[in-house]
Amino acid sequence: MSDGLKTDPLVIAGREYSSRLIMGTGGVDNFDLLSRALIASGTQLTTVAMRRVNATAGVSVLDVLRDLKIDVLPNTAGCYTAAEAILTAQLAREALETDWVKLEVIADERTLLPEPIELVTAAEALIKDGFTVLPYTNDDPILARRLEHVGCAAVMPLGAPIGSGMGIRNPHNISLIVEGAGVPVVLDAGIGTASEAAQAMELGCSAVLLASAVTRAKDPIAMATAMRLAVESGRLAAGAGRIPVREFGVASSPTQGRATL
Amino acid sequence: MPTVWGQLRRTLIDVSTNAGSASSDLLVVGGGAIGLAIAWEAARNGRSVRICDPDPGHGASWVAAGMLAPINEAHFGEDDRLPVALAALNSWKSFAAEVTQATGQPIGLREEGSIVVAYDTDDRVATDRMRLFHASLGLTATELTIAECRKLEPWLSPDIAGGTLVEGDLSVNNRALVEALLRANELCGVEFDRRHVSAIQLDTTGARARGVIFDDGDHANADVVVLAAGTWSALVQGLPAQVVPPVHPRKGQILRLRATAEQPQPLTRSLIALVQGSNVYLVPRSNGELVIGATQEDRGFHTSVTAGGIWELLRDARLVIPAIGEMEIGEMAAGLRPATPDNAAIVGRTEIDGLLIATGHGRNGILFTPLTAQIINDLIEGRAPIAQA
Repeated sequence: MSDGLKTDPLVIAGREYSSRLIMGTGGVDNFDLLSRALIASGTQLTTVAMRRVNATAGVSVLDVLRDLKIDVLPNTAGCYTAAEAILTAQLAREALETDWVKLEVIADERTLLPEPIELVTAAEALIKDGFTVLPYTNDDPILARRLEHVGCAAVMPLGAPIGSGMGIRNPHNISLIVEGAGVPVVLDAGIGTASEAAQAMELGCSAVLLASAVTRAKDPIAMATAMRLAVESGRLAAGAGRIPVREFGVASSPTQGRATL
Repeated sequence: MPTVWGQLRRTLIDVSTNAGSASSDLLVVGGGAIGLAIAWEAARNGRSVRICDPDPGHGASWVAAGMLAPINEAHFGEDDRLPVALAALNSWKSFAAEVTQATGQPIGLREEGSIVVAYDTDDRVATDRMRLFHASLGLTATELTIAECRKLEPWLSPDIAGGTLVEGDLSVNNRALVEALLRANELCGVEFDRRHVSAIQLDTTGARARGVIFDDGDHANADVVVLAAGTWSALVQGLPAQVVPPVHPRKGQILRLRATAEQPQPLTRSLIALVQGSNVYLVPRSNGELVIGATQEDRGFHTSVTAGGIWELLRDARLVIPAIGEMEIGEMAAGLRPATPDNAAIVGRTEIDGLLIATGHGRNGILFTPLTAQIINDLIEGRAPIAQA
């Protein structure tokens, strides 16, 4: 039994993080507010879109992360083909000196859903090229398994489309992915509020990745705090062994433990 | 396309005639809208003024759209700035009248307000959320049905999901403004030094500004120096680190279309649209120009125009006003807004005596031009400033 206060660390490709909340930076142009939200979230790993950032130029969101000593996970947001995603990852590696990449290959900009074939193609090529690949994938257990088989260091299924805030639309599939996975499962995209982040952890995910839920909230700092607590609670609850669901009520103190009057 | 950095470099060769050290009451580093407005008011206060800029008027102020819509700039967590933004808007009508009176040059101030349009139902939820937030701050904006939107702006697509009318918003032709301010300064005897300022010169104690040093090694003295060089303010040498304003370039790509005989100007007021989660604005001019902006990119000192940037603007604009497809492309440009970490402008005194700073206005440089000029001149003249920016 644990002391109930601390969750175990998240380990991805040999790197250890005590925080299981991975943040994104999209949706904020106020770096001051962003940096306070990141601190409140307790995140130690944050993903940054390489398309909107020039890593070699001036002040950018990268400086914010550097100041806060948060690891940068470059992502390939905005890429529609394996070729684009591979090039973007290579440029990110050169500029940021990290071979980690959050691989996104999007099918269309209306749904922002992953393009599965291009995703697997890009993942294979990047892994062959020495990258540590964390793919943003559909909530499809078979696709998730395939990504693991080509050597991805984690799989990151969506709860719902990016930025939609619809929560986890198919919790059963997320459970199936968790059950079948030998690498960490990170619930990525769709989270709108804290209970959904807790739910992801209760379903057995190793971590939660979110951005808009915090950056577009009215009070990003309060929401970041809520997400940190939700991820911790969900992780603890997942390991605490919940009671079975029953059809009918059962008194919690039938005979023992009653106060004698 | 004004590649501002390129122009700064190029004009170094073309050193102006103002060689030799000179002295003035006030030296303004940066001849954008804000620097020009500061200089003009100081000259009208009887000060001898010199503006240092290799290409005055052709930085971010030239690329801008000239939309004066402070309500839409009030975001969650930034509402404390709203009173100042509204004060900035309120200063505009009299300022525009003064500029035109002094120069005889109209600057295209439009008073039809602005309309905020949501493209689909998701966008409608987002714009309603902002409208309620603005209402909670005491700002009035009128909710419009789709039919009401299209009655006000008949070229709006029938596909939109709804809108909001913001009366009181203004727009100005920023290029006409810059040209008029250049003229106004000339008429007041303000001197222009078309050299690149490389450093602020401090006295031997390091506590007081003496003037500026140019790239050619020459210098100019002044009692007061105002650093108003937009995002380049952070590159000026000679200042202690804590005095250097924390500005960085935030690139904006912007497009100018032209009405034709077949396709007249489709808008009567500024249109701010949320299109499938993406922001675009369209600002009409009476001369038939339609300004469509703008991307926001943190990519350093690069002013390249990209296919993707322009495509995003056209994609979103065409969904709300299909008729823009028939207009001619006038110009595609990119400028660099001076952005700050908290999106608030940096206007006021510094710990260096005789050095004032006016930069960091981000997206709102044109909006804040009259108010900034007033605050800086109040400080120069020892009056209590009317507002803290």
